[in-house]
Amino acid sequence: MSALQEVVNDTQPVETTPKKYMALGTTASVVVVLLLCLAPLIAKNFVIFQMTMVLIYAIAVLALNILTGGSGQFSLGQSAFYAVGAYSSAILMENFGVNYALTLPISGAICFLCGYLFGLPALRLSGIYLALATFALATAMPQLLKLHYFEHWTGGVQGLVITKPDAPFGLPMSQDMWLYYFVLVVSMVIYVASVNLLKSRSGRAMMAIRDNEIAASAMGVDVARYKTLAFGVSAGITGVAGGLGAIAVQFVAPDSYTIQLAIALFLGMVVGGVGWLPGSIVGAAFIVFVPNIAEEFSKGLSGAVFGVILVLIIFLLPHGSRQIAYTVQNWVHKLGRRG
Amino acid sequence: MDLFLNQILAGIATGAIYACMALAVVMIYQAIDHLNFAQGEMAMFSTFVAWQLMQWGVPYWGAFVLTLAFSFAGGVIIERVLFKPLGNAPVLTHVAGFIALFAIINSVAGLTWDFTIKQFPSPFGSSPFLGSQLISTHQAGMIGVTIVLLILLFLFFQYTRIGLAMRAAASQPESARLVGINTSWMIALGWGMAAAIGSIAGMLIAPVVFLEPNMMGGVLIYGFAAAVLGGLSSPFGAVVGGFLVGVFENLAGTYIPGVGNELKLPIALALIVTVLVVKPTGLFGRTIVKRV
Repeated sequence: MSALQEVVNDTQPVETTPKKYMALGTTASVVVVLLLCLAPLIAKNFVIFQMTMVLIYAIAVLALNILTGGSGQFSLGQSAFYAVGAYSSAILMENFGVNYALTLPISGAICFLCGYLFGLPALRLSGIYLALATFALATAMPQLLKLHYFEHWTGGVQGLVITKPDAPFGLPMSQDMWLYYFVLVVSMVIYVASVNLLKSRSGRAMMAIRDNEIAASAMGVDVARYKTLAFGVSAGITGVAGGLGAIAVQFVAPDSYTIQLAIALFLGMVVGGVGWLPGSIVGAAFIVFVPNIAEEFSKGLSGAVFGVILVLIIFLLPHGSRQIAYTVQNWVHKLGRRG
Repeated sequence: MDLFLNQILAGIATGAIYACMALAVVMIYQAIDHLNFAQGEMAMFSTFVAWQLMQWGVPYWGAFVLTLAFSFAGGVIIERVLFKPLGNAPVLTHVAGFIALFAIINSVAGLTWDFTIKQFPSPFGSSPFLGSQLISTHQAGMIGVTIVLLILLFLFFQYTRIGLAMRAAASQPESARLVGINTSWMIALGWGMAAAIGSIAGMLIAPVVFLEPNMMGGVLIYGFAAAVLGGLSSPFGAVVGGFLVGVFENLAGTYIPGVGNELKLPIALALIVTVLVVKPTGLFGRTIVKRV
């Protein structure tokens, strides 16, 4: 039996750890948040941009984590929802002159609807069939975006160029830095909301479905409703990430949202630890920085590196970064007891 | 009328490729109950190997046979190294394994042979077949090779001991083990055969779509659509599904306004979702009753 199974089946994404552990977890989160807040003050603009991308991918990985860790379904088609979100934001900004911040909730709502609608037929599919349907969705997405009927809006193969927003109220910040803090705030709001969602009645219903669908329905959980809901929420959050991604990169084009992106997000989830929300940022940092390092050696190497690492994780570290975090926690705990 | 016939024949020709891919997918699905998302990439890699052999001066049919042997060995090795240790791991782990394989093969092919498109020769040429304007010799060749392959496979599974053993291992693994069949090696054999069948599909479609690392993306999706339509538990269904999907794709492209080439993949997506929702067992699959 693989330990991934245990992650999906036996543990709760929201840990109910004893107080002592909790203190350590809280300290760690405070340190991480402080680092995230202060880092841009000393970093160069390009590094700030990369950190922005890390946060954006972290949101997308988090969304996948809610779907997989929360409701036990999984998707290889997250890139499709990411693309819809990115295009919605881009079109709203460029064609309708909507403020960039206002496009995000709209993109999220559009993606929620898309995810919900795709979730309806996907409901009847489980495991491997769901993977197949979402895989096909991710493969088909670039062609849908290139469709000449929408070319007036989407710019066809050329894509759309977006202007980067300036810092408001005359704040003395570069565009990159402003965008970073903007993304940081959005991602923290989404993180807190997701943790609370999984703790709520709906979250518990989803986890009940994940653990045993038949038992859950016998307890009165509306399986269909919560499964589609999980799909919709996950797609909606991915859409917000897509919108932010479009603003940060200042460009959307069909070929940025291929199956490779879906693979990267999936990998981010596995690296971070399936069902462990804090792992999302670890996974995201991984999928942003590892390709950069790999491409320095040879162009096109990142796919192979991704694949090899994925295999290593399956066999050696099935809980991803969560496993490392727990080991460290145990050490600290032991040291504390001794001292 | 000529256009209609032409489209049907062209559909059968590409359908032959989808049938091969679907067959490869179904063989692995039967053996381990999982869909091989890397099937297309494996076929693409084999095709590159064939191309490389021909660059080194090996004649077409020599390269063809060598590639089959290479693919068979490759399939067996992948099963032994990567998927046998996974054993009964949950779906998510298997999917991660297939995705890893997909990424590795795609990237390695790109690194070795670069991402520019290459011409791949056809052993049949592209003149009109038997003087008819309806179908080219390459298309006829595609259909011919597939049909020969299917007959050989049928004979293999129906009339050889090892074919029988493979069928037994797929349908009743426990009982098969009890009568002394090495089911583990039967699975590896299935992988090898699936890889070889996939490589035939790759070599036949390469002259049409050109050789490049991403060439099988669309073909694989259609292969999946064919396998799902025919029923994932039925090799015969997969083949029928392949031809049906090929014809459907061509007719939709010609007669439904606005579909054309641009929408080929979304059509396959729609087909997969529709079949899975309306009739998840496909046309020829058997219903699997799950015990609770």
